[in-house]
Amino acid sequence: MSDIQSPLPGTFYHQASPEEPPFKSEGDDVAVGDVIGLIEVMKTFIQVTAETSGVFVAYKVDNASPVTAGDVVAELK
Amino acid sequence: MTLEIVKPGLATTVQDLGRPGYFHLGIPEGGAMDRLALTAANMLVGNDDGAACLEAVFMGPEIRFGADMSVAVTGAELPVMLDGEPRETWTSFNVKAGQVLSFGFLKEGARIYIAVSGGIDTPLALGSRSTYAIGALGGFEGRPIAAGDVIPVGTADPVAASRSVPQDLRRRPGKPATLRVLPGLYWHRLTEKSQQAFFDDAWTVAPEADRMGYRFRGGQPMEFVDRPQPFGAGSDPSNIVDGCYSYGSIQVPGGLEPIVLHRDAVSGGGYFTLGAVISADMDLIGQLQPNAPVTFARVDMDQALAARKARKEVIEQIRQALT
Repeated sequence: MSDIQSPLPGTFYHQASPEEPPFKSEGDDVAVGDVIGLIEVMKTFIQVTAETSGVFVAYKVDNASPVTAGDVVAELK
Repeated sequence: MTLEIVKPGLATTVQDLGRPGYFHLGIPEGGAMDRLALTAANMLVGNDDGAACLEAVFMGPEIRFGADMSVAVTGAELPVMLDGEPRETWTSFNVKAGQVLSFGFLKEGARIYIAVSGGIDTPLALGSRSTYAIGALGGFEGRPIAAGDVIPVGTADPVAASRSVPQDLRRRPGKPATLRVLPGLYWHRLTEKSQQAFFDDAWTVAPEADRMGYRFRGGQPMEFVDRPQPFGAGSDPSNIVDGCYSYGSIQVPGGLEPIVLHRDAVSGGGYFTLGAVISADMDLIGQLQPNAPVTFARVDMDQALAARKARKEVIEQIRQALT
């Protein structure tokens, strides 16, 4: 198990745009550097990437919800 | 003497106390969003108050030192590490050439100031080293720093380590943050009900907040006193014939979400401004995260000037505590 934390405060998104599927779904392989989600802050979008590899379990916060730095946004196993 | 940028963080820029004197030409004052924190960081490492520092927002950069120097990090509570070992915020420490400064996850506040002895020594632009990124002016090549940049640092002797700003002088916003406001030229455009609601309502910082301005939401839509719109003003009641904006002024496009103009703001436009956040409280805005709760409190000119004096006294108390 490893948690992916938001590096900064803002709004967390599961997908690159409303028309696209989430970056990851349960059971997907995750490699170091894979994009897990986006944080919107100050009119820019910052990628949240995996720092360890594993298998995606779940997002831990809802799409388009506010997060603060250090919040766990997704879980890997 | 140099700093090598390993990771830039998010929109990390060189900032000093700004470049006053050009706002009438459309060039903003710029400079640190939290001027007290920048000043304190400089004092900690023995620099002049207005020496240039790095301003980082929400997440820290990673920096390799090119020479021995003294360092201080003030402003937000962002865990500081030197070669992975924790260091205190608001406290000077000495580094050796080759050591690496990095940061953990933001705990409180929004912006840190990284001062190094000798100051950041990029060229002056209109009398300041502040980065005005939209205008590609000042700082390091007129832009936020990037990985691989080598930032010049002035020559100075290191200072004693463990010089620290007393806790009660580390000024930061409360929860909710209270921002004091002086009603302004267009205050009369709001109905009495909306004037009162502006001060009664609970607001939060919107994610659009940046160096140009901080947007707030959550309060009631504002109602305007009926009038025939003057020639040259738009049809929306929040429009005026174009006028000057001041630092700290509060515009409310469409009467919906107030925007407080900050260091890199435009100098004029066609929105009414209901008033201005007093200068003493502008530092506090620089430390607000998205979704932070805020209330606005009405003050008069005498109270605003007293608050300005009190803030200056805090800076002098920091100076005395460090000498």
